[in-house]
Amino acid sequence: MLWVDKHRPKSLDSLDVHPELTTRLAAMSEDGEIPHLLFYGPAGSGKKTRVLALLKRIYGPGAERVRLEHRSFKTPSNRVVELTTVASNYHIEMSPGDAGIYDRYVVQDIIKEIAQNRSISASMGGGGSDDKKSKIGHKVVVLVGVDRLTKQAQAGLRRTMERYTSSCRLILLCHSPSKVIEPVRSRCLGVRVPAPSESEVCSVLTSVCRKESLTLPPALAARVAKVSKRNLRRAVLMIEACRVQQYPFSEDQEVQMTDWENYITQLAREVVLEQSPRRLLEAREKLYELLTNCIPADIILKTLTRELVKNLDCKLWGEVFKWAAFYEHRLHMGSKEILHLEAFVAKFMSIYKAYIIAEFM
Amino acid sequence: MVDVDDVVMGGAADTKPAAQQAPPARLQPWVEKYRPKTVDDVAHQDEVTNTLKGAIATGVLPHLLFYGPPGTGKTSTALALARTLFGPDTYRDRILELNASDERGIKVVREKIKTFAQVAVGRATHQAGYPCPPFKVIILDEADTMTPDAQSALRRTMETYSTVTRFCLICNYVTRIIEPLASRCAKFRFSALGQGAMLDRLSYISREEDVKIAADGLQAIVDLSGGDMRKAVTAMQSASQFYAGAEVTPEVLVDIAGKIPAEVKEALWSAIKSGSYNKIVAAVDDFMSSGYPLSTLLEDMQEATVADTTIPDHKKADICRRIAEADRCLIDGCNEELQLLDLASVAARSCCSQ
Ligand SMILES: Nc1ncnc2c1ncn2[C@@H]1O[C@H](COP(=O)(O)OP(=O)(O)O)[C@@H](O)[C@H]1O
Ligand SMILES: [Mg+2]
Repeated sequence: MLWVDKHRPKSLDSLDVHPELTTRLAAMSEDGEIPHLLFYGPAGSGKKTRVLALLKRIYGPGAERVRLEHRSFKTPSNRVVELTTVASNYHIEMSPGDAGIYDRYVVQDIIKEIAQNRSISASMGGGGSDDKKSKIGHKVVVLVGVDRLTKQAQAGLRRTMERYTSSCRLILLCHSPSKVIEPVRSRCLGVRVPAPSESEVCSVLTSVCRKESLTLPPALAARVAKVSKRNLRRAVLMIEACRVQQYPFSEDQEVQMTDWENYITQLAREVVLEQSPRRLLEAREKLYELLTNCIPADIILKTLTRELVKNLDCKLWGEVFKWAAFYEHRLHMGSKEILHLEAFVAKFMSIYKAYIIAEFM
Repeated sequence: MVDVDDVVMGGAADTKPAAQQAPPARLQPWVEKYRPKTVDDVAHQDEVTNTLKGAIATGVLPHLLFYGPPGTGKTSTALALARTLFGPDTYRDRILELNASDERGIKVVREKIKTFAQVAVGRATHQAGYPCPPFKVIILDEADTMTPDAQSALRRTMETYSTVTRFCLICNYVTRIIEPLASRCAKFRFSALGQGAMLDRLSYISREEDVKIAADGLQAIVDLSGGDMRKAVTAMQSASQFYAGAEVTPEVLVDIAGKIPAEVKEALWSAIKSGSYNKIVAAVDDFMSSGYPLSTLLEDMQEATVADTTIPDHKKADICRRIAEADRCLIDGCNEELQLLDLASVAARSCCSQ
């Protein structure tokens, strides 16, 4: 098991970061009741961990006994869509965005059905020994990635959130609340989970290492905290990778980035070195490679942009950001991602070449 | 265009009210608990409610179209109207509520409406003391999420059953309802609630629920909810639960509402005004890590830009245009970090290159 999963805090008490937020969540759920909640914040800030800990607090250990289910359903156009859900007797978790353009059927069929019926699985019987259960009249539906849902799917949540409040609470998770429609946001208590500070990341890393009976040099912890950009998940993955590399740790050992990031770094370097049709063709190969490895196009474009400016005269940054934002928008409007990624690289080459000529020739 | 069968909203409204009984718990959402029960309870929409009360008295009701911003009482008024017409015990049998959470093909919608409309309104359901006119009401909530195709398909259905049903269409944007449908209805505009109406309602709820909140707290809720009563009531309940027991202060509310604290905004502005790209990128990273909604920042930046006395007007225009563009891009699903990087760069160039 990966350290990120193995050492994920299980209860509110054992959450290491944002203690004030933890206190408030605990006070709020004192008697097992919660309003609809919208947890938002950057990746790896611990939203999901916090939600699971909250569920455990409300329903007791029964909330941890989960089973994986594959549900499939038919759209009116007779297409079968599959969706994976994780459920305990008290809650069910899913990412409706996985159904792509069919996400609204998930909202309209599955979620509404769950919301209408009193318990997640009546067939499960008494549900074990948790005495808390009888007192709490509702179940919880956890929806991950609501910002990725189509506007239609989001609209589908509106009345469901109002009508079935007696039997069901929704906990929504997302990175960008700006992409969640206002009528859904205004039905929830928003809970912002910011990225932990670098020192908080360090203390999490140290405690993970302690549990693994390892000694972590503070300087290495600090570097991991920095390069992970305060993303807890990444930081723990990175430190585990460091462990695989060598132990005892050394202060100045290399902190590995993921393969795809290294790949983009290399691509950026090549594009800055030479601007030519041949290079563009090679860049295209690399972009294809990234896409076929399921790296989302917007992440590619963002990471590439950040890598490109690293080796660049500050004068050019504004221009590069401008076109990055421009082509990233195109990505969402168009249908062939590769075209817009490639167009961005071509645009960069022409900007950079013009700059070189003006400056040095 | 997508196949009509694929895109219609409506249909599977459950008629069994089982899940709608009031929950016993203390935490029944206040927006539901304090949903206006009668047309008279609906605050601020006097023009609408007076006209409707006339209709209730005579029992003569046209098809209705309610439109206006979220949280102004549209759904509540539709439900209250039905309750007043048919009585609290039987109104559920007399209405069919279809909204964006029910999606079935137009055939199914027709079928639903047909089944619903065809069952005659029996004397048995008549409740004493209520007008109980001889028709049923079909509430099409969130009707602007229906495609034009779906809407035009509904036109005929509406005509077919016009003697035994009344339609009540509800939407935020009246322009998204096709003309032939809209023209068959009496239109009612709901407006954002005024300060007075909101304060009254909020202080009533705060007394009922024993919320520790002073006048400045109530005012803060009104300020942050922009006439959206749902938002206001949710904010008050959230604050009082989230800060259990403590007084609900304006500071607490700023946090609940997801507003961005002044120091966060200032950090970004000072990076922008420094003109240093290194500082801008660092500030953007910090902002993204803080998790605040970019859409909120855009509103704040627009205000700050307009109010800034050091930026010449034509430069302000450049910044505001870029802000507007970013707002649009968010709707289109764009990456927030890239949008903010470019916006901050544009702002920096406008501030520094005079
Ligand atoms: N005019 C109003 N008077 C009193 N309460 C209102 C009014 N408008 C909205 N509310 C409150 O906001 C909640 C949502 O109102 P609703 O009618 O569902 O809004 P919408 O216009 O979005 O359909 C209600 O439960 C009620 O608590
Ligand atoms: Mg409504």
